[in-house]
This record gives sequence, structure tokens and C-alpha cells, in this order.
Amino acid sequence: MPRRYPYGIAAALLAIALYFGLATTLVDQYLHADISLGLSVAARTLISVFSGLTGGVIWLTADDLKSPRRANAIILTGVVLIAIGTWFGLFVAPPEQFMGDVQRIMYVHVPTAWNALLALTVAFACAVFYLFKGDWKWDARMEASIEVGVLLSFLLCCQGAIWAKPTWGVWWDWDPRLTTTAVLLFAFLGILALRKFVDDPVKRAIWSSVATIIAYVDVPIVYFSVKWWNSLHQLQSNPNTVSKPFWIPLRANAFGILFVMVGFIMLRARIASLRLETEMAPPPVFAEAEAV
Amino acid sequence: MLTAALRKEILLQWRTRAQMMAVFVFGAAALLLFSFAVGPVAEMLRQFSAGFLWLGLLLSSTLTLAESYHAEMENRALEGLLLLPSDPHALYYGKAIANWLQLWILGVALTPVMVILYDAGTTRVFALVGVIGLGTAGLSAPGTLYAAMTAQVRSKQTLLPLLLFPLIVPALLASVKATSLIVLGDPMGQIRPWLTLLAAFDAIYWSLCGLLFGRVVEE
Repeated sequence: MPRRYPYGIAAALLAIALYFGLATTLVDQYLHADISLGLSVAARTLISVFSGLTGGVIWLTADDLKSPRRANAIILTGVVLIAIGTWFGLFVAPPEQFMGDVQRIMYVHVPTAWNALLALTVAFACAVFYLFKGDWKWDARMEASIEVGVLLSFLLCCQGAIWAKPTWGVWWDWDPRLTTTAVLLFAFLGILALRKFVDDPVKRAIWSSVATIIAYVDVPIVYFSVKWWNSLHQLQSNPNTVSKPFWIPLRANAFGILFVMVGFIMLRARIASLRLETEMAPPPVFAEAEAV
Repeated sequence: MLTAALRKEILLQWRTRAQMMAVFVFGAAALLLFSFAVGPVAEMLRQFSAGFLWLGLLLSSTLTLAESYHAEMENRALEGLLLLPSDPHALYYGKAIANWLQLWILGVALTPVMVILYDAGTTRVFALVGVIGLGTAGLSAPGTLYAAMTAQVRSKQTLLPLLLFPLIVPALLASVKATSLIVLGDPMGQIRPWLTLLAAFDAIYWSLCGLLFGRVVEE
């Protein structure tokens, strides 16, 4: 298969996602035209989420970690989308009825949450692939996606605290999602620390894959245990409970952060794989001997 | 094979029982110190007694778990064990069961300390011993697996708790809740879901960690 092939498919899928997720709503709102091709809201959302995720994953996994060009391209697209989302979120969308302007943090908070979980899911998938296939690319991608996932989880905790103070009156609340994020953050920070302490690249890859699988399996258990323990967080919303003016910034940011995340993982995986190459390279003396 | 591995572990633990005694003293000292964090208010100490017991047990468990691969690390004995025509799973389960028993005994031994210091007595002794058994099973399965990794690296004392503590949050939460329901009384019959959660956690990690252990020790 030619190397350009998967990128074409991924780009098409991402375009479909943006068309159904963002363009139809934008055109409907400002040009009062219907370009939804007769699909219902639920169908459009489903198509947009599915093709966005598949497109992102294909873009991420088709990369051979040789050149940063494609990572930069998707990051640039993501930054443009985040700029659009931020503009709409801050200046166009009306303030929320009960929380007022405070609620605008939702436009970054919720997409960050989705993508943080997605990054760690990618890490889990990479760990499984590495254990079964033993290809170093998966190790590099796992390291990258854990790092990006940890970064997003950290941002998520900060945003959660900023939102919690004016609405709930406290910085931190022992709510299932907030607590699960904090636990996730520490669990995956521990795995990053493990990677720093193990010098043998084979052991490092296998151990961190095992630890990633174990930590990821813990996520639903932590969530439900904390849920039984205490709950205050508002219920998750779906397209039917979120009113239309809120859609555009939310979705633009969701895709924007997704694109930036994919690009970051690709760039970071490239660094990891370059470092692996130097680690695995035979010492210069042996290399000369082999050449002779 | 499993019985042979288990026998080896228990024999080793018995011959180093001074270490177990030291860990118990450490746990008891931790329980004593926790009360200074709250102050001498009997009612509050009683409220928090279950949490203190489990935190004390958790802190002590990192010592016993980290120590449990001590013999294997000397003279590359682990490689020798893996060269035997046997299953590495037997090695894991032998060690995990031995660690579990050790932590269970430690937990039961720390209970009187809790009762005396925090005035947290109960007549449901068997239920309490059972909860400690379920909770320590949740600590020992992932703990034994992580100890196999951290025993082989630099600064293992830091790394083991760093990996283990976030992971066992659900087990800790459920154990503390169940213990505190036993100690403070359970008029609403709330203990059942917590025991189910603990049992599910144990079942998942005892099987998953056993599956993955072979990859962790392979050369």
C-alpha cells in the first residue's frame, strides 16, 4: 500500500467529522441554510464523533515517526479550531442562565476531559499492541500518549478547581469524575517515573506496558467506587440537553484539542523513537567490527 | 508447583520473622502518630479509626512488599527460579498468597492497637477479620507484581508506593468503609455493596496480575 494512502483516508474522515459536527451547525445558525443532507441531530453527532476518532487514530498510527511534517499540519489545524472555539465561547455564545459567564470554562473543560481520557485510552491500546507485537513504535507512542494524557489530566484538575470555586464554593470536591482524574494523574505519573528509573529499554517497554494496562483497568473501578462514596458533580450532558448556541464553541474546541493532542503525541513519539534508536545502537567499536 | 512456591515463601518469612515484627511495630507507631493529627478527642478518633487502621496497614505493606523480592535479587536467584521447568505463574501466586497472608496477619495484629488507642471496639470479630482479609488481598495482588518490577531498579522505596497507592484507591476506599461500618455500626445494611466492590477488585487484579507477571520477569 502506498504510504500516502492512510493519510488520505484519515483526512477525509476528519473532514466528514468537521462537516457534520461543526459546519452544519455553523451554516444553520448564521446562513440559515440546511446542509445536513437530511440527517437527524443524533445521526450527525454519531457520524461526527465516530469519523473524528477514527480519522485521528489513523493519522496518529500511520505516522512512521520519521518527519514532523504531518504532526505540525494537524497541530496547526487544531490551533485554528481552538481559536474559533475560543472566539465563539467568549464573545458569541450567550451567558448561561444560572452560572453566568463562569460557565464559559465549560467550553475548554469538557473537551479537555474527553481528550484526556482518549489520550490514556490510546496509551492503553499502545501497551496492548506492544505486548503482542513487540514493535518499538508502539512503545514510543505509549510514552508519548501517557505524557500528553497526564498533561491533559493536570489541566483538567486545574480547570475543575477554577470552575468549582465560584459554583460550589470550594476548590476541590470529592466528586467521582474529579477524583478519578486525580487518581489517573498520579497513576500515570507513577508510570512515567518508572520509565525514568529503568535503563534497559526492553524491560522499560514491557514493564510500563504492564503498568499501563493495570492502571487503565482501574479507571472504571475508581469511578464507581468514588461515585458510591460521594457525588455532587452535575450530570453529563448530551446534544439534547445542551442548547444550540453552546454547540459551536464546544465542538470546535473538542476537535481542536483532539487535533493538537494527536499532533503532540506524534511529535513526542518521534522524540521517544529517536532516543530509543540511540539507546539500541551498538557501541561504535562493535559497529566498526560489524562493518568489517 | 504452587504449593512448593508457597512453602518456600512461608518458610522464608518464618525465618525472617524479626522483620515482620519490625513492620508491626512500624504500623503500631503509625497508628499512634495518626492520633496526634486529630487531637485527643475520643469521639473523632473513633470516627476515623478505620481510615487510620488502613492507612497504617498500607504504609506497612510497602515495606513488606518491597522486601518480598529480597531473596530473589541476591545472586540472580530469580533467573535460577525462572530456569526451572515450571510456570512463572506459580512463582507469582506463591509470592502473592504469602504476601497476602503476611499482610492479613499484620492487619489482624494491628486491630487491637486500633481498638485500644481509638476506643473502636466491636463484637463482630469474624466480619472484621474477613474484611481485613479481602482488603489485604487487594493490596497484595498488584503489590506483588509491582514489587517484581521495582525490586530490580534504583530507588525502589520511592517507586513502589508511587505506583501502588493510586491503583489501590478503590480497595482502600471499600475497606475503610466496610471496616468503619463494622466498628461504628451498620443500621442501614450498607456493607454489602462495599464487600462486593472489594471482591470484584480482588478477582480482577488476582487474575490480571497473574496473567501479566510472566511478561514482567521474562528475560
